[in-house]
Amino acid sequence: MNFKLILNIAFHLLIARLKQTVVAAVGVTFGIAMFIALVSFMNGLNELLDGLMLNRTPHVRLYNEVKPSENQPLDLSYKYKKNVNFINSIKPKDRGKSIYNANTIIKVLKEDKRIIDVAPKVTSSVLFNSGTIEIAGFVNGIDMVAEDKLFKISDYIKEGKVTDLSQNNSIIIGKGLADKMMLTIGDIIKISTSNGNLASLKIVGFSELGIAEIDNVMSYTSLATAQKILGQPKNYITDIQLNLYDKETAAAVAKEFHKAFNLDAMDFQTANAQFETGSTVRSIISYSVGIVLLIVAGFGIYNILNMMIYEKMDSIAILKATGFSGDDVKWIFISLSLIIGLTGGVFGLVFGYIFSVIIDNVPFETTSLPTVKTYPIDYNAVYYVIGISFALCTTVISGLFPALKASKVDPVEIIRGK
Amino acid sequence: MDNNKVIETIGLTKYFYDPVKFQVIKEVDLSINHGEFVSIVGRSGSGKSTLLYLLSTMDTDYEGELYIHNELVTGQLDAQLAKIRSEKIGFVFQFHYLLTEYNVLKNVMLPGLKLGKYSNEELEHRAIGHLKTLGMEKHALKMTNQLSGGEKQRVAIARALINDPLVIMGDEPTGNLDRKNGDLVFDIFKKLTEDFKQTILIVTHDTDFADKTDRIITMEDGRILL
Ligand SMILES: Nc1ncnc2c1ncn2[C@@H]1O[C@H](COP(=O)(O)OP(=O)(O)O)[C@@H](O)[C@H]1O
Ligand SMILES: [Mg+2]
Repeated sequence: MNFKLILNIAFHLLIARLKQTVVAAVGVTFGIAMFIALVSFMNGLNELLDGLMLNRTPHVRLYNEVKPSENQPLDLSYKYKKNVNFINSIKPKDRGKSIYNANTIIKVLKEDKRIIDVAPKVTSSVLFNSGTIEIAGFVNGIDMVAEDKLFKISDYIKEGKVTDLSQNNSIIIGKGLADKMMLTIGDIIKISTSNGNLASLKIVGFSELGIAEIDNVMSYTSLATAQKILGQPKNYITDIQLNLYDKETAAAVAKEFHKAFNLDAMDFQTANAQFETGSTVRSIISYSVGIVLLIVAGFGIYNILNMMIYEKMDSIAILKATGFSGDDVKWIFISLSLIIGLTGGVFGLVFGYIFSVIIDNVPFETTSLPTVKTYPIDYNAVYYVIGISFALCTTVISGLFPALKASKVDPVEIIRGK
Repeated sequence: MDNNKVIETIGLTKYFYDPVKFQVIKEVDLSINHGEFVSIVGRSGSGKSTLLYLLSTMDTDYEGELYIHNELVTGQLDAQLAKIRSEKIGFVFQFHYLLTEYNVLKNVMLPGLKLGKYSNEELEHRAIGHLKTLGMEKHALKMTNQLSGGEKQRVAIARALINDPLVIMGDEPTGNLDRKNGDLVFDIFKKLTEDFKQTILIVTHDTDFADKTDRIITMEDGRILL
């Protein structure tokens, strides 16, 4: 088959019907542009929210949950082993929040090839005192290096530096907390813990995550400082956080560590199930809108090709009479729709990018997200590849039926009619 | 293969079913030799056009056998028939069927480009040669809507010649033309048979035209009279 000739004929047919061709192509352009803009925007939102929540959540967190013993004494009795036992009024056992043998576990985990790094943490609820006010909050004793490596905590430290926490008795507090208590860097904040210990810490920085609920209650110190104010020994660790190279395996890894270390293990997907759902819904919305727009564009192409076939019956007949086969004619019309789809699609990519840039520059200010200034856009080449493939698929499918019809035109019928 | 038959039919029969079944072509046995200028005449409705379209390979709904250049054409696939038409048959119809998207030269070249036997430059050269034979070379770069009816028909003849066809078939090629232009087209056909031994098969109801051809086939009621 001589594709150069076939393309040449298709091209000339298009030129002769330039206006309708442009209209059909604009339909594709619009569909693709909207698709790209929507997907980029929705995924920008997803990434923003993921960044806020998911990136700060360890892929797997090991800790001790307050809960009743899984093995009650009755289960150990030989006498009742075969019975179905009902036990009422079980109370949770206080095993303490401390992870037993934490340092050994951390050492083992650090050698695991699947794990990027391990960040131990001490968390405790405390009361912050300044003058006469008392505010309930949390203190996180963190391993600064590991915490920064895994969760980029320095991104959220707006004044001061994470490394300042290496000074004895220093603390970084949430911006909301600082504003409420009228504290500035260098001030002393008093902390009382639930077991009655009192400590005075020097403020070396403010953290601002952009989520008021967190910024109003959170504070960070070094592991050692946290252990000291809680009156606990050096091996007191309440959480072991770890990130994996392949975060999709988090659930399986959590299960494995739960068994291996006899600790509670939470993977990030379970911890943030609601965010995952939100992301999925946004993706579904953008893809369905894109597909609907493209289907509409597809009908446009179908229409113009059908019209062209009726108008060009004579040409089809003479092409067939002079040696073009049904297949040749079919390819002429498929090329027609491909040309429309390709040009419309490429312009769609360009306009999609332009729309994305425009959205990216629209101001978007909300008190709950102070770090966000404009609407978020995720520029990702994958969307553009999907977009152009969508465009080609719809145009080929919508061109296929008219093309098959054209290939079946009986030249004798047309020529006799004249 | 020792004969020089260009077209041969054996028991060619065709029915139309709409609105009622009726036999248009009845057991036609016919052969056309190389270099003959043949006309098919007969009353309107006698089946001349129907017969021509059967011979053209475009209409495949028939009984009997059709040979072109001693090759059985009956039962071949669409793509093969298209190739046979491309290589061996040139058409001239009552209507010119020039493509308005292309200029005269490109219209003439198009069947040649499809066949792909000659390079572009060679085809262009040959197309200009044919246009010259037909006195149309100065119109080569015009668009087809800038030509008169007679001129368009001459371009259509040039297009029919581009692949050196075995036979040129025409269905009332002078039907739309006035006397003068009709005569001109006839003279062109005559010259082609005399100078190049071109086989030509023309359906016409113009008896003056037919009388000047080498051989007249008369049709009546779907049969040919001998
Ligand atoms: N598609 C068709 N369906 C049914 N009858 C047809 C069709 N085409 C032609 N006919 C009939 O077949 C007969 C022969 O037609 P045709 O070959 O065109 O005659 P001619 O060319 O000799 O005038 C006519 O009676 C015509 O009405
Ligand atoms: Mg007729």
